[in-house]
Amino acid sequence: MLRLEARAQPSAGWAYGSPLLALVITVVVGVGLFVLLGKDPVRGLEIFFWEPIKSAYALSELVVKATPLLIIGLGLAVCFRSNVWNIGAEGQYLIGAIFATGVALQADADSSRWIVMAMLLAGALGGMVWAGITALLRDRFNANEILVSLMLVYVAIQVLNYLVYGPWKDPAGFNFPQTKTFEAAAQMPRLMAGSRVNIGILLALAGVVLVWVFLFRTRAGFAQQVGGLAPSAARYAGFSSRRALWTALLVSGGAAGLAGALEVAGPIGQLTPHVPVGYGFAAIIVAFVGRLHPVGIVFSALLMSMFYIGGELAQSRMGLPRSITGVFQGLLLFTLLACDTLINYRLVWSAPAKLQAALSSGLSLQSNTVGSAVALKDGIAGPRLAEEKN
Amino acid sequence: MTTPRLQLTGITKRYPGVVANRAISLQVLPGEIHAVLGENGAGKSTLMKVIYGSVKPDEGAVMFNGHPAQVRNPQEARALGISMVFQHFSLFDTLSVAENVWLGLDKSLSLAEVSASITAKAAEYGLGIDPVRPVHTLSVGEMQRVEIIRALLTSPQLLILDEPTSVLTPQAVDKLFIVLRKLAAEGCSILYISHKLHEIRALCTACTVLRGGKVTGDCDPRKESNASLSRLMIGAEPPALKLRAQQPGVTVLAVDGLSLNSAEPFGTDLHNILLSVRAGEVVGIAGVSGNGQSELLRSLSGEDMRAPAGSIQVGSQDAARLSPGQRRLLGLHFVPEERLGRGAVPTLSLAHNLLLTRNDAVGAFGWLRVGALRRQAADIIARYKVKASGPNAAAKSLSGGNLQKFIVGREIEAIRQFAGPPQELAHPLGGPGKARAGGHVGLLILSQPTWGVDVGAAAQIRGEILALRDAGCAVLVVSEELEELFEICDRLHVIAKGQLSPSVDRADASTELIGQWMSGLWDATEQQPAMEVDHAAA
Amino acid sequence: MEPIALLIAASLNAGTVLAIAALGLLINEKAGIVNLGAEGMMLCSALAGFAAVVHTGSGLAGFVAGMAVGALLAAIFGVLVIWLNTNQYATGLALSLFGGGLSAFAGARYVKASLPEQSSFAIPGLSDIPFLGSAFFRHHPMVYVCIFLVLGMIWFLYRTRAGLVLRSVGESPESAHALGYPVRRIRLLAVVAGGALCGLSGAYVSTVYTPLWVEGMIAGKGWIALALTTFATWRPARVLLGAYLFGGVTMLQFHLQAVGVNVASQFLTMMPYLATIVVLVLISRNPTWIRINMPTSIGKPFYPGS
Repeated sequence: MLRLEARAQPSAGWAYGSPLLALVITVVVGVGLFVLLGKDPVRGLEIFFWEPIKSAYALSELVVKATPLLIIGLGLAVCFRSNVWNIGAEGQYLIGAIFATGVALQADADSSRWIVMAMLLAGALGGMVWAGITALLRDRFNANEILVSLMLVYVAIQVLNYLVYGPWKDPAGFNFPQTKTFEAAAQMPRLMAGSRVNIGILLALAGVVLVWVFLFRTRAGFAQQVGGLAPSAARYAGFSSRRALWTALLVSGGAAGLAGALEVAGPIGQLTPHVPVGYGFAAIIVAFVGRLHPVGIVFSALLMSMFYIGGELAQSRMGLPRSITGVFQGLLLFTLLACDTLINYRLVWSAPAKLQAALSSGLSLQSNTVGSAVALKDGIAGPRLAEEKN
Repeated sequence: MTTPRLQLTGITKRYPGVVANRAISLQVLPGEIHAVLGENGAGKSTLMKVIYGSVKPDEGAVMFNGHPAQVRNPQEARALGISMVFQHFSLFDTLSVAENVWLGLDKSLSLAEVSASITAKAAEYGLGIDPVRPVHTLSVGEMQRVEIIRALLTSPQLLILDEPTSVLTPQAVDKLFIVLRKLAAEGCSILYISHKLHEIRALCTACTVLRGGKVTGDCDPRKESNASLSRLMIGAEPPALKLRAQQPGVTVLAVDGLSLNSAEPFGTDLHNILLSVRAGEVVGIAGVSGNGQSELLRSLSGEDMRAPAGSIQVGSQDAARLSPGQRRLLGLHFVPEERLGRGAVPTLSLAHNLLLTRNDAVGAFGWLRVGALRRQAADIIARYKVKASGPNAAAKSLSGGNLQKFIVGREIEAIRQFAGPPQELAHPLGGPGKARAGGHVGLLILSQPTWGVDVGAAAQIRGEILALRDAGCAVLVVSEELEELFEICDRLHVIAKGQLSPSVDRADASTELIGQWMSGLWDATEQQPAMEVDHAAA
Repeated sequence: MEPIALLIAASLNAGTVLAIAALGLLINEKAGIVNLGAEGMMLCSALAGFAAVVHTGSGLAGFVAGMAVGALLAAIFGVLVIWLNTNQYATGLALSLFGGGLSAFAGARYVKASLPEQSSFAIPGLSDIPFLGSAFFRHHPMVYVCIFLVLGMIWFLYRTRAGLVLRSVGESPESAHALGYPVRRIRLLAVVAGGALCGLSGAYVSTVYTPLWVEGMIAGKGWIALALTTFATWRPARVLLGAYLFGGVTMLQFHLQAVGVNVASQFLTMMPYLATIVVLVLISRNPTWIRINMPTSIGKPFYPGS
């Protein structure tokens, strides 16, 4: 029978391999699901993995969708590495969008292009304020940040609804709950004609570099992560857990708010009740699948946006509900968590006693060959997902 | 020939990377007090788990009272008549004594019946305990009594005790031995796991010695000497440490009036701690765990910054409210008792673990010079003979002894830099910790420095402590192992129930005196007058 | 007086939803496992219950289906968390996200469906008492079942040896393991039982409380139930009282709207969520209080034979 045996050193190979294996398993389950629903699985695979990349325009759409996921995912990576569980990125995203809209609505036809800058800053600020509430309640009152940040998502949705049904409703909008479309000046400049890609992607890529440097080449980033890996060691070292908490929440809140501002200033162009599409939650999956590493998150953001686009296409071309995206995203996270076990454990086939003796002396030699782990070079602290919370 | 109570033949157990037990054969007669002697890592605990059914051996046979026994889990062991008192108690803090004992018994008795049996058994053996008290209110010695009563209530034929005296004062140890001799006289066999030679020679009638997972000898400890047993245990006599008499210098650490309420709900409050450590001396604090050591150490290291202002002075600075980083700037370095999770982050490399307490590889604006970190780590690995695959090895891949050597090396090197000859430092924009330039006196505090460490590494660590002291540093060691303190300390204190005894020179200290003091029975007026002179001079 | 009686009745009804789910989570946490997947489990069970009633017409079938789905999802969670030692918080989160996606996807065809007309319930005799009758004796049987569940759980946890074993596992799985108890199996049982209760609550929501199916209809009640177990310091009786209080806050918003209070409806909708935050702050302020009452091993992985 199969047994799990602990490894002496975390396996670097599986740290990279686990997300790939998880993806394979998800695809296999997906194929099974298509067959079960009586749809052509090959067509399904084509829609999810080929259509989104088959033309320059398709790629640009992929980038447009991936940008907010990437930005929020980067912030969450910093947060989760600090063992602060900000689950309310969706709410911070919305409040960021709201703050940006507030600035955008001040624009008129003659406003300067710089108003976009102000919108983005306002968005980041809004996200930070909303995340700051969670930080304050955890700092002063020890309130669990998972539940507080999550409750604030529901509150943020109501705030959004209040504004678009009420004071910010477009008077010329036929009573639809939405603000007026933003003035041209208040919309994100496009990077190239014919696609919806805007400078948001440049900001995101800059973010990747900044987060990498912070996490792996600064003492502050190190201190931040030790708090997440071993709280006792952080206290021993004298790293301030309060500073780590606020940094984690303000960075992830600001990133989510910035993403929200980019969305309303970019693809959406106004504030509507349909702004919340769950990017804040999908970004959690993006962060984990990307191993909480800035470079990994680039790939997982692209993968997740493939799922989004695939879901939309599956609805229009195969008659499947769009929510199939949610199924795949959730499934991917589940399988990733399961596959991550392989980083710290080996699957061993338990044979009868005599054979066992011969086998295990051979197997135990393997466990020490994972010497200078590549994964540790950049200070990636290996698999956090199997560690304890506190 | 009497049938042996327990007979083990060829027991082998393998774990990834290590063979814990190798073809071990052992025989225990009825009514025998049989010692299993070996240093840390020799395989004693694994062997006991095999006997008790917590772990299945890969090879080998177990016979109980002459019949083959397949012990698949602790419940089956208890049904056979095998009972175990663990080194780390299997107790539930929030439940009462009676509930705890009830959980350890398999019969379907009611709670009231269990309470009655507890009181009866406790009276029979002189182990006073109140069944309704919640376990978290008990002292560590009383907790052990609960474990023992729980074992006794199963009317065992074989009782296994794993390092039982590490939590007892010398007087309590004598009481325990009386209980054990009474049990043996009634026909119960006892397996006594320990690495303390004088206890085994005082109590046990037979002894099996383990080293590296194998049996290296069987003997009658009453006929052996410490030296001969030690030879069986580690293959040689323990290296004798040469102690040079030193003249202590200035007072480096002065603790006065440190009173502090514990931050933990089940912790120990500190009362008026008075302590000083001078340059060139090693001061020890003895005491069974749970008497305030953790609280005192956290106050000294800076993990707890609530000490009353002025109660802790390092050099001439008030350090009571300073953070750990600030205390390191004053030359105070600390080796905690927990290696993994506190002294080092398990999943990070040895190189990165340097950053916990050292800032020399940190450049301007907090930039990490990873190459410099690796070089420093490699340096420590070489100098302290740490067995690791390199500076990139994860901390948790090292054995306990090697990781401890690394951590001790990390802190000692930091102190050497602090205390070394004055030097110029070229980092005008540098991060924290650049002001130090040598020429000062350092202070190293160690907690349980050789706990869980093999004998070779332990000797090496103790040698390093003495070398540091000879170089003029001040050292404070907190340890449960009296022999260790007697070996390396110049002066000794005892901590009991949050209070600190006056100090006694090692020459004047004896096990009886320390044992008495562990019960809190010291004369409070006997304070060290020398301290006050140094205070004025410092 | 009648409106107040109706308000009380509605609060008890709403509270029952939260209480049953919170009791399930309580069993989990007493064994040391935190299941953040409550929301996902409740959504899937709500769908399962609704679909079962649509196809069979039997309310009981709805409850059984809900419990089965809840138990199944919890079992998957349990295997991952207990045997593979995956991070409890991340895995629970994954369950919530997956459950949300799965229920939305599989439920697409049920959005327009409706359930057969429900009979009204009344305890003969007692329900005719003025005020008290309307407030307490005209409920769906599940409201009364909930109260019995609470009593049963108190008896189980504090008066039986099995309950003591469960609590000891949550207190220190290492010690329980050393004594020979099958810690992992006990934890799995607790997780599955907890999942079944969450499932029961979810099915109640979609078949009795608001008999319809709509994507995301649990609207955070799973998360509120999690907060509730902390607020109640892991004691069943307090869970029930807290749930009724929460039910009251939720119902208050409708009452206020009906009475004509001039506040935008969105602010009233916010109330239960803000109340949850307030409640969390109040209970967490004293860390010692939490530490004494919380099962010590919550959230920590357990490795037998280490």
